[in-house]
Amino acid sequence: MADTVRDPPPDGTDFHELEDGEELFPEPAAAPEESQPASLPAEDISTNSNGPKQDLLFDDDPEDLFAEATEEVSLDSPERDVLLSDGPSPAITPITPPTSVITPRIGHAHDDMFTHSSFDEIEEEEGGDSFDIHISVSDPEKVGDGMNAYMAYKVSTKTSMLLFKQKDFSVKRRFSDFLGLHSKLASKYLHVGYIVPPAPEKSIVGMTKVKVGKEDQSSNEFVEKRRSALERYLMRTVKHPILLKDPDVLQFLESSELPRAVSTQALSSAGLLRMVNKAADAVNKMTIKMNESDAWFEEKQQHFENLDVQLRKLHASVESLVCHRKELSVNTAQFAKSAAMLGNSEDHTALSRALSQLAEVEEKIDQLHQDQANGDFYLFSELLGDYVRLLTAVKGVFEHRMKTWQKWQDSQMLLQKKREAEAKLQFTNKPDKLQQAKDEIKELEGKVQQGERDFEQISKTIRKEVSRFEKERVRDFKMIIVKYLESLVLTQQQLIKYWEAFLPEAKAIS
Amino acid sequence: MTKEEFTKMKQELEAEYLAIFKKTVAMHEVFLCRVAAHPVLRKDLNFHVFLEYNQDLSVRGKNKKEKLEDFFKNVVKSADGVLVAGVKDVDDFFEHEKTFLLEYHNRVKDASAKSDRMIRSHKNAADDINRIASSLYTLGTQDSTDLCKFFLKVSELFEKTRKIEARVAADEDLKLADLLKYYLRESQAAKDLLYRRSRALVDYENANKALDKARAKNRDVLQAETSQQLCCHKFEKISESAKQELIDFKTRRVAAFRKNLVELAELELKHAKGNLQLLQSCLGVLKGNT
Repeated sequence: MADTVRDPPPDGTDFHELEDGEELFPEPAAAPEESQPASLPAEDISTNSNGPKQDLLFDDDPEDLFAEATEEVSLDSPERDVLLSDGPSPAITPITPPTSVITPRIGHAHDDMFTHSSFDEIEEEEGGDSFDIHISVSDPEKVGDGMNAYMAYKVSTKTSMLLFKQKDFSVKRRFSDFLGLHSKLASKYLHVGYIVPPAPEKSIVGMTKVKVGKEDQSSNEFVEKRRSALERYLMRTVKHPILLKDPDVLQFLESSELPRAVSTQALSSAGLLRMVNKAADAVNKMTIKMNESDAWFEEKQQHFENLDVQLRKLHASVESLVCHRKELSVNTAQFAKSAAMLGNSEDHTALSRALSQLAEVEEKIDQLHQDQANGDFYLFSELLGDYVRLLTAVKGVFEHRMKTWQKWQDSQMLLQKKREAEAKLQFTNKPDKLQQAKDEIKELEGKVQQGERDFEQISKTIRKEVSRFEKERVRDFKMIIVKYLESLVLTQQQLIKYWEAFLPEAKAIS
Repeated sequence: MTKEEFTKMKQELEAEYLAIFKKTVAMHEVFLCRVAAHPVLRKDLNFHVFLEYNQDLSVRGKNKKEKLEDFFKNVVKSADGVLVAGVKDVDDFFEHEKTFLLEYHNRVKDASAKSDRMIRSHKNAADDINRIASSLYTLGTQDSTDLCKFFLKVSELFEKTRKIEARVAADEDLKLADLLKYYLRESQAAKDLLYRRSRALVDYENANKALDKARAKNRDVLQAETSQQLCCHKFEKISESAKQELIDFKTRRVAAFRKNLVELAELELKHAKGNLQLLQSCLGVLKGNT
């Protein structure tokens, strides 16, 4: 199979592609195809349906495929040719024409080998589709026994969007399915500059307790925390206009059977590979020194760094508050019991009754504190935790941009060297070597241009993503903090009610 | 430390100091009022000197020897108390009081400890809200979006609610925890009184037995008689005053609990209403802006 060649979509579009980030270097046979994207496209194959193009692609020799497949990109619709990937290996990406050919039409870039049937639907449902989708994760139930047990969650979707086959449907999913979805999305979109929401974290301790079958308070709390986190994860993912239309996401939400994502297991070979890659990335991050020509990026990076630090601090304080409030609730309950005992042993009747009333009030208050602590946690603390994790994804996207820049610079330097070598060869009498050098140079020139386009594309995408992210951040924080304050209001109102009921009792002691 | 942090810390320390001062002052006042209200103690010369002498009293603290003496006295007392406690009392009133006080004392001790723990958690939560408020403030100053005004307003709100929460904890401490602590010590004092009476009873009974023995042997009868009469006199006197004291104890206890519980409820209400008002006004501003 030919290595894929990829052109980034022209500027100003919402065109997104799947990418095969690491396979930038085509085989020599594909070299002639390289030059084609650099010039104006010979063809203008844009359709509203995938059908004919697909056939064309499938019939042709893969090598030629890239020579012919040019596509128009629309400015408006978040078009994207998507691929149903079966794992971390990314999909093949389409070729698109350079910037000069942009017509606002609904068209598709498409890939060659694999396409998803719902692709057709995506095209039809384009445009005018307002965002109306609500996902809930509920009914956690334990499936299986012993160490192979797992929790299955019901994922219900209610939507009026035409993107989906039904208006109201649900499926059963387990935690590794969510992780699998995230890893697929990350491999497709992260290195093009999209901020993919991170999935909830694994917890070996928590899950082991559940597996072992301890039906106690802490394992129930763990399951509830996880359920809530999964729900937030899905909602955040579908809020992203591009990710919503990804066939992986659609399949996750709709299809009743999902292939098991084995590579997400902590102790699998894929897991180890991930760890090695992470380490390599960390080293690379330190060694890349980028000449930032765009102050916007530097400013934004700094902004996100500061935000990260502050959010972590705030998160720690809120977690401490949750902890202390839970403690307060427990201590209040104990005091209530103690006061009740005291009331029992008190032999003055009115005082005894008043003390029992005090005990009752304190018991109600302890429940109030417990509820408030839950509110603290689920509203405030989890929001902050989510955003701390999201910021890691944002920082990752900036890093990918640096990597893209590095690649571009590398190929540029290589080109320079080859040019020098060619210049030297000019003076020798080796025509074939000279020709080879010239060929290599042509190839590299294409690559350099490709690198530049990639870099510009990722920069553009990041700008858009960051502004979307910021808008959403503002919205999220405002909404949740208002909700949190409302919960505090409720608590105070309840407190007032309880103490107002107690006061006459206290006054009645004679 | 920045200037704002410094002023904030200063304010917090002042508030804490004020709270502790209020507590101590209240305790002292209760003590002095008790002494003044007591028919016998109010006539004590030391008390008069304490109230009237307008120069420094130069009270010397207990030195090591005296502390050691106290320690041994306590040990002897508790050992004796165990021996004496076994004696069954003829008088119903005192028997009832003994059982009541024993149980009451233990329960007050438990309630006092639990209320202390509850109040400490409350203070911890208030401290956390303080940290949250300052984090929000930093976030607000750093942010460039709409959120900055939002954060600053919420940070201000939390500052104020935290002050109220801290005051709630302080008032609970003052009205509830201190009340329980006081009655813990009072019930201990009442128990000590009963112990002294039991001791006198045992002495009286021993003196009776000695008298009988002396009469039987017909030796030292006069001596035994006088000592028996002394013990009897002592016992009756202590019984009488003990009865009165214990009845007063009950009345005082009921009055103190009433006063403190009423004040506690009123303060809790006041603070909750204040909190509610702050929250609602802030919510109004925030919702109006968005």
